[in-house]
Amino acid sequence: MNQHIKTVLWAAVALLGAFAVAGIALNRGESINALWLITAAVCIYAIAYRFYAAWIAAKVLVIDETRATPAERLDNGRDFVPTNKWVVFGHHFAAIAGPGPLIGPTLAAQFGYLPGTLWILIGAVLGGAVQDMVTLFFSTRRNGRSLGQMARDEIGLIGGSAALIGTFLIMIILIAVLGLVVVNAMKHSPWATSTVAATIPIAMIVGIYMRNIRPGRVLEASIIGVVLLLLSVGLGGWVDHHETLRPLFDHDGLPLAYAIIVYGFAAAVLPVWLLLAPRDYLSTFMKLGTILLLAIAIVILRPEIHMPAVTQFVDGTGPIFGGKLFPFVFITIACGAISGFHALIASGTTPKLLGNERDIRMIGYGGMLLESFVAIMAMIAATVLDPGVFFAINSPAGVVGKEAIDAVAKINSWGFAVTVEQMQQLASDMGESTLFSRTGGAPSLAVGMASIFGSAFGKELLALWYHFAIMFEAIFILTTLDAGTRVGRFMLQDLLGNFNKKLGETSYTPSVILTSSIVVAGWGYFLYIGVIDPNGGVNILWPLFGIANQMLAAIALCVATGILVKSGKLKYAWVTGLPLVWLVTITTSAAYEKIFSTDVRVGFFASANDMSSKLAAGLLPADKASVAPQLIFNQHLDAYLTLFFIVVLWVVILDMLRLCLRYLSGKPVLQLSEVPHEPSRLVENWVRD
Amino acid sequence: MFKKLWCFVRHVSGDDAYEQYLKHHAEFHQATVDAPPALSRKEFFKLWQDSKWKGINRCC
Repeated sequence: MNQHIKTVLWAAVALLGAFAVAGIALNRGESINALWLITAAVCIYAIAYRFYAAWIAAKVLVIDETRATPAERLDNGRDFVPTNKWVVFGHHFAAIAGPGPLIGPTLAAQFGYLPGTLWILIGAVLGGAVQDMVTLFFSTRRNGRSLGQMARDEIGLIGGSAALIGTFLIMIILIAVLGLVVVNAMKHSPWATSTVAATIPIAMIVGIYMRNIRPGRVLEASIIGVVLLLLSVGLGGWVDHHETLRPLFDHDGLPLAYAIIVYGFAAAVLPVWLLLAPRDYLSTFMKLGTILLLAIAIVILRPEIHMPAVTQFVDGTGPIFGGKLFPFVFITIACGAISGFHALIASGTTPKLLGNERDIRMIGYGGMLLESFVAIMAMIAATVLDPGVFFAINSPAGVVGKEAIDAVAKINSWGFAVTVEQMQQLASDMGESTLFSRTGGAPSLAVGMASIFGSAFGKELLALWYHFAIMFEAIFILTTLDAGTRVGRFMLQDLLGNFNKKLGETSYTPSVILTSSIVVAGWGYFLYIGVIDPNGGVNILWPLFGIANQMLAAIALCVATGILVKSGKLKYAWVTGLPLVWLVTITTSAAYEKIFSTDVRVGFFASANDMSSKLAAGLLPADKASVAPQLIFNQHLDAYLTLFFIVVLWVVILDMLRLCLRYLSGKPVLQLSEVPHEPSRLVENWVRD
Repeated sequence: MFKKLWCFVRHVSGDDAYEQYLKHHAEFHQATVDAPPALSRKEFFKLWQDSKWKGINRCC
């Protein structure tokens, strides 16, 4: 009987999900409620988790509950510790969910709400969550080894080096684009700038409290920090109206970019306990709190989605970034659908905390589903705005023009209604001087969140909600920036250690300064170019980041597929092989377009050539002509970087295929590096009790 | 109920990491004769925080 009820229940979930997906996919002309997107997402996640993930765990990976995990075997009370599964889930989710799933869907909303939403749902269920889960499993079976080490042990030296180089470059581009997002959010906004600036001393106070005043009292310190952060949002409003303080925080993009570069260097050199660790606590609390609040607000408010299902920009003429729906929607939304970066987390801290292999499904697969849900909420926040407003905020001045009147005329000509007065009213409601051409996704997300929060919890506080949302985004963007710079520094020190032992020591000051400077100079360069680019820079950097991130995902899936084949599970290799084929298709075609397209808004070379001929003919206005040589150089650099990514990817794929063919034809291959089975005492105890 | 929730929050945030460490220490090192004495709260927190930030632990 019980079994029958369960069957009926799951059939109902499947039916509701199908109904919701059909509703959002087939609806034309009328606006649709955001609750349908939530319903579709939750039903799809539930079905996928209950059936597909369970099947992978049981049949493909053959998870063994009686096997001791590295946390149990190597328990040292510090980094290897068997931990409660909900705690591991919390740590894993906090680590994988950064600003990516918020920014990507916001940018991809230019195609309408449907393409991005479908990719987030399908990509997560069949690709991203599978990648996270299998990587976590394979790393757990190998004492928590990193993706790079697994690639070297299982595929060979080439795969291992490729994973390492990919990780390093991705980090550089990711940090640059995130820095750009923060700069664009703070540009000529004294309120946002002063609030973001205040987060630095607040993090330091919290750090000193945790380290020296009350050592280890993490919760006390975090509560103090969160209260101070909320106060700093209010204080920013006061600064904004203060005559002498206001000019101190009112800056152009370039000085803000320099400030971020100096800050990034300081954060990489300073001890972690002073800035990075405490800021991370604050950002985790803010992140979880805000996401929960957003989910509650959407359910209470049930906002209507105003963006059309599909816009005319699927033809590649979109203002936010150039390029057709295929392949660019799949490159733009990386985190939230599938993100290679997650494989680094799933093969990092998480496997060292796992108490039992049976938790792998919940943590690996479930964690990614939750991140995907965050991406769906970001999509909702972007599409509940009037499309005219959405495009006015997100279109760069280089596309729609610098003057408000030109921008409005241009956006109206696309068929999206918006007026100058409407934008002025909105800007003054949000406490900003202007909202035109605030590219990068953060301001439009903040406007979306503020209007949702404002309608659910009180309209008079719109400006506070807006700056709260900006602070919330900035704080964990800066956490990723600090942490990424530091990781880049460690990787570089590790590499230099091969040539000079002294340079490899992580505490040797000249080495710390040298490597930190190299890493900061790397992303600082891309950030600088992004700021001086009249087209906003995000349109170049974000696709580059997407390609790099999907390349890393493809490498992770290559490693997983190789291991599956070598373990004699060829018939299940499609589980990772299918998403791998799709990723290779989209990254290769996106890279091809970025390099060879003749459309100046897509192809790097086309754009560089167009700019040089205009420069030579004297057609560029003085302000553009002065930066044109740097932009031309950068377009060339980006083209070669993209080429490099794609070559690395194909080398790894061919190496993996060579390995599989050798194995299948009975020739010797690298041994599986799985640690032998050891029975778990924890389970025995549990059974005996 | 409230107490359970509070314990959970402390556990998730790492607030009780030192207590957990003391438990681990008592369980695993008590038996050996030349067992090293347990670290103080401050020493433990330093090691714990530094080892937490060695690898990649934040993502996009």
